Amino acid sequence: MCLGIPGQIVAITDAERLMALADVSGVRRAVNVACIADGRLENLIGCWTLIHVGFAMSRIDADEAAKTLEALRDLGEAQEALEAMAEGQRALEGKS
Amino acid sequence: MKYASEFRDPKAAKAILAAIARAADSIGATRERPVHIMEICGGHTHAIFRYGLDKLVHEGVEFIHGPGCPVCVLPMSRVDECVEIAERPEVIFTTFGDAMRVPGTKRSLVQAKAAGADIRMVYSPLDALDLARRSPGREVVFFGLGFETTTPSTALSIQAAAREGLTNFSVFCNHITVPEPIRALLDDPHMTLDGFIGPGHVSMVIGTHPYDFIARDYRKPIVVAGFEPLDLLQSVLMVLRQIEDGRAEVENQYARVVPEHGNPVSLAAIADVYERRPSFEWRGLGEIDASGLRIRAKYAAFDAEEKFGIGYAAGPRHVAEPEGCACGAVMTGRIKPPACPHIGKGCTPETPLGALMVSSEGACAAYWQYGGVRAAAE
Ligand code: SF4
Repeated sequence: MCLGIPGQIVAITDAERLMALADVSGVRRAVNVACIADGRLENLIGCWTLIHVGFAMSRIDADEAAKTLEALRDLGEAQEALEAMAEGQRALEGKS
Repeated sequence: MKYASEFRDPKAAKAILAAIARAADSIGATRERPVHIMEICGGHTHAIFRYGLDKLVHEGVEFIHGPGCPVCVLPMSRVDECVEIAERPEVIFTTFGDAMRVPGTKRSLVQAKAAGADIRMVYSPLDALDLARRSPGREVVFFGLGFETTTPSTALSIQAAAREGLTNFSVFCNHITVPEPIRALLDDPHMTLDGFIGPGHVSMVIGTHPYDFIARDYRKPIVVAGFEPLDLLQSVLMVLRQIEDGRAEVENQYARVVPEHGNPVSLAAIADVYERRPSFEWRGLGEIDASGLRIRAKYAAFDAEEKFGIGYAAGPRHVAEPEGCACGAVMTGRIKPPACPHIGKGCTPETPLGALMVSSEGACAAYWQYGGVRAAAE
């Protein structure tokens, strides 16, 4: 929960609510981009960001994203975050 | 150096370890009289154990594991209040998975769920918002937990709910702040800390200036660090160099992610939605002045404490910690987890007695997993 996980913004899904779709280790997840939005939202597509509990909190470069992901995998935190995302999805579907 | 092969750059690790040893020798640090460096963030604690950094560094450097895991410092009374809310028939209680197993005085959220309460684990407060939109007949409560890294997420969610006019969404706010417990530790007459490793992702939000008082008023070095092993070693070295030079400054080892003034959007959302509580209870540390946040009156409709009349909204309160639990002593650095009589016996990650065993970021869970406690118990 405390460590962010890197993700790449792949699409803007709801400009009014500042929502985008991010690819996090191969998993697609809706994220809020309010904290990194300046200028046109479309400019965020392709950007790497650190995502905390569904919010893109800072932009990082691709190299930093790769290193961070590796460290998170080592710590088991990457898996934990991905499981939490899946759990969140199940909660929405009323299955948990 | 058996762990060094695990580093992405073993050569760099070796060079920094050698520099740490030289600096430690130069300031006269020994096994008997070590320098005490506190890492504040639970993520750092986890990384230190995972890579065995505490064993790799010069014997005159001792890590003290700080109170930087929000799950670990959550008092039992707050867990009880969660359960109380969750057991209301109209409520869907949503929480991060980390909080599910924290023991309350009667039960944890896992146990309450097993007994029939509608409790759902979510990844983000955004999931809770979605659930509220989809469940107009129910009250969706989100358990807002965490330091400054997660505070913006609930602030932005409350703002969104207000804009949309959602009337069935509220947050049970347990957000806490990093600088105030550090001040409390520094004011403790038994304090033996010589320097700090500052949290990386918290600082990404708040910047480095909230730590200025540590250097200015208490003359202690603090280095904001990333959580890769080399980041941590580098930061230890920077702390030692400050001590060597007689400096006390706030330095930023993680400048590639942490801007000096933090993230302006996050800070604005926090300031709009939250205000400081006069004081907040920390497990093992007691009440600390101005260390917790509450939802401002203008957003009272989204404040679960107001909505359900519980918690601080219900008046004075106190719940004692379980008998013999040494969590408080561990968190203030007075003892190490192996010295707790419960570790590995009454207290394991499956059946945690104290909060430090619940989260992978808790010091006792780290000792269990990496410090040989589990092996000894099995
Ligand atoms: S072993 Fe359990 S009871 Fe003892 S300090 Fe750690 S968490 Fe607390």
